[in-house]
Amino acid sequence: MRLRRDTLKNPQQELRIFRSRSLLAALVVTTLTGLLMGRLGYLQVVQHEVYTTRSEKNRVRVEPLPPTRGLIHDRNGVLLADNRPTYNLMLIRERVEDVDATLRQLEELLELSEEEADAIRVRAGQRQRPFQPALLLSDLDEDQIARLAVNRHRLPGVEVEAQLLRYYPDAEIMAHALGYVGRINAEELKSLDAGRYAGTHFIGKTGVERYYEDLLHGQAGLRKVETNARGRVLQELGRTDPVPGKDLTLTLDKELQTLAYELLEERRGSIVAIAPQTGEILAMVSAPGFDSNRFVTGIDVSTYRGLQEDLDLPLFNRAIRGHYPPGSTIKPFLALAGLAEGEITPEETIYDPGYFQLPNDSRRYRNWLRWGHGRVDLERSIAVSNNTYYYSLAHELGIDRLHERMSALGFGQRVAHDVQGESPGLMPSREWKRGRFDQPWYPGETLSVGIGQGYWQVTPLQLATATAVLANRGEWVKPRLARRIGDEPVPVELPETPPDITVENDDWWDRIFSGMEKVVSGHEGTARRTGEGLEYRMGGKSGTAQVFSLGQDQRYDAEELAERLRDHALFVAFAPLEDPEIAVAVIVENAGGGSAHAAHLARAMTDAWLLEEEEVPDVDELRETMETDDGSVAGN
Amino acid sequence: MAMSYLSRRLRGYPVRPPNSGMTRRKRFWERIHIDPWLLILLLVLMTAGLGVLYSASGQRLETVIAQATRFMVAIGVLVVLAQVSPATLLRWTPLAYVMGLLMLVAVELVGDMGMGAQRWLVIPGVIRFQPSELMKLAMPMMVAAWLSRHELPPRLRDVAICALIIGGPVVLIAKQPDLGTSLLVASAGVFAVLLAGLSWRFILALGMMAAAALPLLWMNLHDYQRQRVLTFLHPDSDPLGSGWNIIQSTTAIGSGGLWGKGWLEGTQSQLEFLPERHTDFIVAVLGEEFGLVGMLVVLMVYLLIVMRGLWLAATAHDTFGRLVGGAIILTFFIYVFVNVGMVSGILPVVGVPLPLVSFGGTSSVTLMAGFGILMSIHGHRRFLPR
Repeated sequence: MRLRRDTLKNPQQELRIFRSRSLLAALVVTTLTGLLMGRLGYLQVVQHEVYTTRSEKNRVRVEPLPPTRGLIHDRNGVLLADNRPTYNLMLIRERVEDVDATLRQLEELLELSEEEADAIRVRAGQRQRPFQPALLLSDLDEDQIARLAVNRHRLPGVEVEAQLLRYYPDAEIMAHALGYVGRINAEELKSLDAGRYAGTHFIGKTGVERYYEDLLHGQAGLRKVETNARGRVLQELGRTDPVPGKDLTLTLDKELQTLAYELLEERRGSIVAIAPQTGEILAMVSAPGFDSNRFVTGIDVSTYRGLQEDLDLPLFNRAIRGHYPPGSTIKPFLALAGLAEGEITPEETIYDPGYFQLPNDSRRYRNWLRWGHGRVDLERSIAVSNNTYYYSLAHELGIDRLHERMSALGFGQRVAHDVQGESPGLMPSREWKRGRFDQPWYPGETLSVGIGQGYWQVTPLQLATATAVLANRGEWVKPRLARRIGDEPVPVELPETPPDITVENDDWWDRIFSGMEKVVSGHEGTARRTGEGLEYRMGGKSGTAQVFSLGQDQRYDAEELAERLRDHALFVAFAPLEDPEIAVAVIVENAGGGSAHAAHLARAMTDAWLLEEEEVPDVDELRETMETDDGSVAGN
Repeated sequence: MAMSYLSRRLRGYPVRPPNSGMTRRKRFWERIHIDPWLLILLLVLMTAGLGVLYSASGQRLETVIAQATRFMVAIGVLVVLAQVSPATLLRWTPLAYVMGLLMLVAVELVGDMGMGAQRWLVIPGVIRFQPSELMKLAMPMMVAAWLSRHELPPRLRDVAICALIIGGPVVLIAKQPDLGTSLLVASAGVFAVLLAGLSWRFILALGMMAAAALPLLWMNLHDYQRQRVLTFLHPDSDPLGSGWNIIQSTTAIGSGGLWGKGWLEGTQSQLEFLPERHTDFIVAVLGEEFGLVGMLVVLMVYLLIVMRGLWLAATAHDTFGRLVGGAIILTFFIYVFVNVGMVSGILPVVGVPLPLVSFGGTSSVTLMAGFGILMSIHGHRRFLPR
């Protein structure tokens, strides 16, 4: 290219133009520089505070310090709920070059199932800010930790983090009484105090773990740390230590609880034992149990479905939610009601022809012994479990007074102080029937209630509580599971304790007790085989409850059907008679062979609590005895 | 012709102030064709820049030494170029421009990818070179060369030819894609035309055409470039992604306050919240650690450099020199304005470094070469006008 010089050039004019243009440029440059300065002044002076806050927020991170959950012990200090160090697999995306490749590597290394492999893919993306570790797997086993340690250099961005996890050493035996903790779900998250639960992943879901959640959990602390943009902690700027949760000592006795669970082995049922004078629940078992540890780490769907669809309902806490007709076990309570209302005295007798008839009604309400027990007083009515006596008594009391008196013993109520999820059962009344069926109460229904049938439904816990109140001569002590919270003992007197029950003559208690003693020790007693070789005085009462129908959606084969239609065996007992230390309620579902089965289990419980260890019969021996006892006790 | 000292000076004639005690020293600077004031300002800026760079690089001495070494080379280039007479420069201008253009085409065809853009020309084992750097200087010189040979203010035909001279390389560079550099190259050419006296009617018409072309430009932007503009308008829409840079840089500057957090004490910079902190975003480190006061001082130095540069251009002896000098110095200002504007959040993010402070070799050499040319056209006075 050639550049030719123009002939029309005027250097003076060009100079002038250039100078005026560059003067203009100087002005523009100055103005723009001024603009920049203004912008900087705005950022650095006017908005300084805003940006200082922002830069502090960048730099300073508040890390929650979750508190250590309180431990749970039994009454003798045996550990029931522990905190076990576990290891979680974490992933920091920003430190990983190829996330997919790393996940594939982990899958191979840890031999993950397809389900787990899918899960870690989802979890790898779950986090709130850059450089925040995402939780891939919790509770790695030792083999997995070892493999990760060996391959550490090949897996940048993959970290193993220690965390304390709840562990129940005797999970199956304690599952229902103790409950369990599980991951906080979205719904719980909404109602939780975010500050207290910062950094906490678990919350009590059922049982003691749920009821005492506030105390067991404690208060989260926090530490302020300076971090760089990669999330690495450079220094600690300040710290509030967490307040650990309070340790809990329960009233349960692990030995007794274990015995109760073994007694119910391969059966469905419940045993509840209470110390009458203190209200302490010594054992509370619902069988079958389940492994509550599986709920802590997150149970897999198929296992959970298996538990839910199991016909034996292992997840169902029979001790506090199972509804059973109490049967004849309530006869001593009815006798107490009759005495307290002045309708009967211990000496009064009735004649039992084998049935009871309401006035102007031809229908015969039968005693279980067709030909009748003849003359029956209060003690004998309990010992032989006479129905006619209680038809008559119930008729005289009427449903209103019956309802009131039985409610006073805790039936139809939630009786315990700190039992989570307790059901009130059902104590029928006129109002209840009108509300439920829009029908009047019929006198015949009162008679059914009089022998513990009809609408009346109790929980094993209620039965044990009423027995304890009776054994305590009417003095109410609320049943409870906590013995000590931290270092504070739980007082015997608790708020909202129901009023004590009194009778005109204190000796009348002994008459009821005497009747109950004859159940196990008298020659006519319905559970007389149970009292053989008894080394202390014991009172008891048998009962059977008929199974009327089964749930419609449940499928049984013929043999199973027959088994599951057998009567439930019930027994309540307390001992020693003079100064009761234990009251027990036993319910064995579909036991067959009358109430004897339950009576032997109750005896085993009182033996274990009252006798020296070597004198307690072992469970296998007891089973043999029970098999020979088949049918020795009739009817109720 | 008898002229007073002042009027001679103003018209750019060589002057010798009356009764000057500095005569000998002045003569020394004139002999080596160096403007001492401009050189001192540049040295001050580079020294301050090295200090900031030490902090911004996470206190890595190697980075500072590497930069200082490049500065040495750059100063060498400046001194050498200052010795070349404007006449020689003018002679070589078309060749340099054509070479640059050819290399840009070569880049387009066989260029090497780096940082997601095709910018480098590599002769294996010999040299890695960005032709766009050469174009930063060749462009204003070519435009100035053309205009200085024709009647000024430029006629429509000359403006059209200049538009072609400017448009070719700019389009090629923008396609690499390197929006920042194409912007700088375009400014260099346009400033030459403007300084040559492009009539205001033209300027107005071109401005309106540019405004009309904006949607067209938007359609032709790369996705990441559009994202930058959107981010500039709403940085909080993606605070962890594309908005991160600008949020962190304004936070760094704003939290610096009036006096700053102190050298090496800036938490945004030292804790690595600030991205690209030793290259394009280095001014945020300056703002955080030295505050508004530090920023004002540095901006004043830049302003003085630009003013001195304009003065040097205005006192050149021919139109070619004036136009080249003015275009170079105004482009230098564009660097500063775009960079500080983007880091402080009043302009979208464009890859333009802070001249002589940001870490980076080629650009500081090019810049200093530009100042070398500026000194050359100022210092060679034997090339007198008629």
